[in-house]
Amino acid sequence: MKVSVFIKKYTMVLALVLVFVLFTILTGGRLVYSQNISNLLLQNAYVLIMACGMLLCILTGGNVDLSVGSTLCLSAALAAKIMDVGGGAGTAILVAMLVSCAIGIWQGWLIGYIHIPPFICTLAGMFLFRGIARVILDSRTIAIMDNGFLNLFTSYIQIPGVDTNKHCVSALVVGIIIAVGLTVYMILDRTKKEKQGYEVSSMGSTIAKAAIFDVLIVAYSSRLMGYKGIPVMVIWILAVVLIFAFLTSQTVFGRHFYAVGGNEKATKLSGIDPRKVYFWAYFLMSVLAGLSGLLVGARIGSVDGNMGNSYEMDAIASCFIGGASAYGGSGTVPGIMVGAILLGVINMGMSILGLPDQFQYIVKGAVLLAAVIFDVVSNHKTGKS
Amino acid sequence: MADIILEMKNIVKEYPGVKALNNVNFKVERGKIHALVGENGAGKSTLMKVLSGTIPCGQYTGDVIYNGQIQKFHSIRDSEKAGIAVVHQELALIPELTIAENMFMGNERRTKRGTIDWNQTFKEAQDAMKRVGLKESSHVLIKDIGTGKQQLVEIAKALSKNCKLLVLDEPTSSLNEEDSKMLLDMLLDFKKQGITSIIITHKLNEVAYCADEITILRDGQTIETMENPDHSIDEDRIIRGMVGRELTDRYPKREHKIGKEILFACKDWTVYHPVYTEKCMDDHVSFNVHKGEVVGFSGLQGAGRTELAMSLFGKSYGSHISGKEFIGGKEVHLKDEADAIRHGLAYATEDRKTNGLILDETIARNTTLARMDKVASKYGILNVKEENREAEVYVKAMHTKTPSIQQNAGNLSGGNQQKVLLAKWMFAEPDVLILDEPTRGIDVGAKYEIYQIINEMVSQGKAVVMISSELPELLGMCDRIYVMNEGKMVGEFTAEEATQEKIMSTILSSDSSKAGKAV
Repeated sequence: MKVSVFIKKYTMVLALVLVFVLFTILTGGRLVYSQNISNLLLQNAYVLIMACGMLLCILTGGNVDLSVGSTLCLSAALAAKIMDVGGGAGTAILVAMLVSCAIGIWQGWLIGYIHIPPFICTLAGMFLFRGIARVILDSRTIAIMDNGFLNLFTSYIQIPGVDTNKHCVSALVVGIIIAVGLTVYMILDRTKKEKQGYEVSSMGSTIAKAAIFDVLIVAYSSRLMGYKGIPVMVIWILAVVLIFAFLTSQTVFGRHFYAVGGNEKATKLSGIDPRKVYFWAYFLMSVLAGLSGLLVGARIGSVDGNMGNSYEMDAIASCFIGGASAYGGSGTVPGIMVGAILLGVINMGMSILGLPDQFQYIVKGAVLLAAVIFDVVSNHKTGKS
Repeated sequence: MADIILEMKNIVKEYPGVKALNNVNFKVERGKIHALVGENGAGKSTLMKVLSGTIPCGQYTGDVIYNGQIQKFHSIRDSEKAGIAVVHQELALIPELTIAENMFMGNERRTKRGTIDWNQTFKEAQDAMKRVGLKESSHVLIKDIGTGKQQLVEIAKALSKNCKLLVLDEPTSSLNEEDSKMLLDMLLDFKKQGITSIIITHKLNEVAYCADEITILRDGQTIETMENPDHSIDEDRIIRGMVGRELTDRYPKREHKIGKEILFACKDWTVYHPVYTEKCMDDHVSFNVHKGEVVGFSGLQGAGRTELAMSLFGKSYGSHISGKEFIGGKEVHLKDEADAIRHGLAYATEDRKTNGLILDETIARNTTLARMDKVASKYGILNVKEENREAEVYVKAMHTKTPSIQQNAGNLSGGNQQKVLLAKWMFAEPDVLILDEPTRGIDVGAKYEIYQIINEMVSQGKAVVMISSELPELLGMCDRIYVMNEGKMVGEFTAEEATQEKIMSTILSSDSSKAGKAV
């Protein structure tokens, strides 16, 4: 592969690597302390999870869901309130998720079947749901004390007797197992494809790819080893991300989102109902927002009326930085993961350096703009007619 | 020594991976009408882009010599200042603005203070319109005049820039026969006024009618330039030059194996406009198609053929639809497009770019779009390898020119895009295919291949309904031809009895008559 083609294909990954190295140097190595690497995904769990749903909305035609920060807050508020008045964690989670589903059905129906423009509908939702959350919270902050709830989302996997807080061997072991498994799978898959006569990349490049993944996985898990081990939240993140990656790339259902975003008229005339597609995009988005509310609530340990403020922007930015098209029809889950992690690294790096919030805002905006400009210019994209 | 107004010498233009223009040499005599013909992708539009400055100096090699001087145009403004005006195939008019505003867009008449002098603008627009025979007021909105007149506005716009060299790209592609002839006569008139015209067109009869000289491009190279002094040039000779091979028949022969079974029929089908619900688009239309038969639908624009097809295809158009629809002899009530596809119906839209294909998607993914379930497990998990395999099969069978099935549909030429569209519908395994303008905007060579594909479809026992505005095409391909006008079925001819004149006169005589023709 020529260098210029390589750079174009993996721009954001290269940017991520660059930024990571840059901040590692700037922070004198503090960025890669175990605690920081461990927290990197945890702090951004809600971004990674919500970006998956936001991708679906963006795929349908560059549409976004502005209400997710508020849905997140409402979900957390409901859970916290229920546990506060003596309800069990199970009830709290169930109610929060059911309400999130209801919100999803409501917005999905309005946007998909009544044809309310998504921007306006979700903008209204942004106010509505946060208002309801504040009513539930009675404008107070409610702390979450239920250990069952907290552990479900914020605990770490530690095998007693083998792991200690500072040296959680199980993390590394799991990492190595995953790395080996992935390598074996990639090589076997290639061999199978080759036998069936399909085009495959050279064995060398497959091994190189596997090697890179292996190094990353083992490095990551060795960092986790140094700080409490594998966080349960990482498992939540992985589950959501893997499910959505699978859905968008391997299923007919996922393909529909790309089709509608690519050309809604042609898709309708091909027998696919765009209304259903819009519905599912906004429904799934709200469900993920609800889940994120529980995660964030557990992580912070309390819920107030401002929680989730402008979280939708993080999800949206991650998607566009990760290569989703503002016109719809393209974007992948791995791409938006890179986008989300890139933003996360920048945030964390600047925090470690002690830069005040306003700088983080400036950098976030600049990165988003740079990413989109680069994307449009390098692909000579013109607006869809 | 002939007076050469334009000479384009040794023009080379490369895009990544393809040489669009490969040492093209092109000379135009002053005061003549020069036709530029060639298949899609031959380089005609690219050559004109070089001429007009759309492809600026520096991005091509070679010389553009206008009025004896080498020109270095950096933008369209430069070429317009020199007196060259281009009227594009796609009308660049803003429907919500007036004729005058469109005509002087960016070029409005100014007062001494520098603000726009609207009075002067509207007046000059009116004068310009007189030159092209437009009698409307220049205050009329573009959306309120027909396509034919809009085309004239474009030409008036070009003339108002004092052009001496007028380039027209497919000027009659969206005009009916009457308006087309008027436009060509106007070009002949311009000759008398000293204006030189270059006309790019697929319509060889028009070339024969008005062109004095004809240059043929193929694969980015100049093949030959022919003279047409008494306008009697042999169209077949032009085709040979364009395509590079003998086309003994423009329409491939086939065995007519028409079964007794009626695969598709409709009776008293009535459709109203989706928004203006009093407007009747199709009025008690009835027709049928047999197994192995190609049935044509002729008619002028607005006859209601596309509306008929789309409403029959799962009610994808129209409101207050009534009447009976029969597939395979059984009456059906199709709820939506998916239902229609399930019942073995396929509809290839007349506009493949906006309604037919997803231009940013690969050929492979476009091919399976209507029946993804065929390449997925029952739980909806796609088998991408299977999808790719199927796409390869169709690309091979239809000779679709593409480096790979992972190429985006938008990167293909018109003819190949149409093949992908047809492949998609073949993949859906229908019994009845409705093809709406299947060869619109496609060059002669690709048209032939599309006709072969259609013949293949009916030889497999399918039924094909072909909606087309090209009467020769209908006469060459169809077993029966229905004639529609103003939403009504007004005639039906077998292949033996049909002629262009008979069809035309049926249409024209039905304009004032009220009787439809039952089938």
